[in-house]
Amino acid sequence: MYDANKIIPGIIIFFCLITFPIWYSVASGSADYVPEPEIITAEEQCVEPAHYMRDNHTDLLDEWRESVVRGGTRIYVASDGQKYDMSLTRTCMSCHSNKAQFCDQCHNYVGVKPDCWSCHNLPEEE
Amino acid sequence: MKVSRRIFIKIGGITMLALAVKPAIDVLGRFNPAVASTTGKVLEGKRWAMAVDLKACSVNEGCTDCIDACHLIHNVPDFNNPKDEIKWVWTVPHEEAFHGQEHEFIAEDLKGGPTLVLCNHCDNPPCARVCPTQATWKREDGIVMIDYHRCIGCRYCMAACPYGSRSFNWRDPRPFIDKINPDFPTRTRGVVEKCNFCAERLAVGLPPACVEACPEKALFFGDLEDADSAVRETLREHYAVQRKPGLGTKPEVYYIV
Repeated sequence: MYDANKIIPGIIIFFCLITFPIWYSVASGSADYVPEPEIITAEEQCVEPAHYMRDNHTDLLDEWRESVVRGGTRIYVASDGQKYDMSLTRTCMSCHSNKAQFCDQCHNYVGVKPDCWSCHNLPEEE
Repeated sequence: MKVSRRIFIKIGGITMLALAVKPAIDVLGRFNPAVASTTGKVLEGKRWAMAVDLKACSVNEGCTDCIDACHLIHNVPDFNNPKDEIKWVWTVPHEEAFHGQEHEFIAEDLKGGPTLVLCNHCDNPPCARVCPTQATWKREDGIVMIDYHRCIGCRYCMAACPYGSRSFNWRDPRPFIDKINPDFPTRTRGVVEKCNFCAERLAVGLPPACVEACPEKALFFGDLEDADSAVRETLREHYAVQRKPGLGTKPEVYYIV
């Protein structure tokens, strides 16, 4: 290889630079950060079990939206037979009324910005 | 196993057929009836319609009870500027409402007087036909709805509607709503909105807010398919007209003159 003494250090420097965000966050400890959404409700369970909600709340909300707006059905029958009003403001937010400590925790961490709240109302802060 | 050409073509054909049918099955299987079932009181209809008794409506001069009730519960903003105005139910001079049907000798009490207008929830809605995203469509019960999630703000529907029933949100409406009703979403900048015949109230067994708010009981609401409904009863007894019937939109708001 011609100019190996320049190319190989060059490649090493290049890799160091592009992996900078990774080793910087490891070195500074911010990689260990785990969002901790705070649950303030006294209810035992969400409309579905927590692990299901954690994975699928986006799909569930999408299904609710489709069902209420397009299908005209507003009652959700959960897997345990319980019935819920498919309402973001009234059902979800009545338990999770602390949007900043609950929703925003993970949403900010993963950098998603759901635009629910440009139309849907947050329950009044207590 | 030796696959003959004949069998190969058969299997291929069946596979193609199955692939062609799959999207249809996906769509049909989407709403699981076990998940969604209605309970409680619901007002259900096949063809919702309204009748406005113009004489009764004009008794209380300057009354805006129905407009106030509607705009309050639906979080309709007040920009105090006709260019940005959002309206679900409002009034126009009589001749404007019945353009093409006016003449020199209209009854004194109607002439130039404010006439209540709202979305006609047409049986043949031109707005729904032009919507490129199907954000607006006619429900099974006749209500012409808007899915604000899906509206891209192209305003084709506004151009298509011959009644000017639709308003566009040029600005963020939130700061211009006096008191937000938490039970009904606001809209956002860039979507079109209009009257929804109080679909959210029908779903819990309540009549439209304007009908309930009218002190003169000048508004009648009901299902045209139901011969005993309030709207059919009034239409049976009185002569009623529609707005711009010649356009073939089949408006479902009737005016008793």
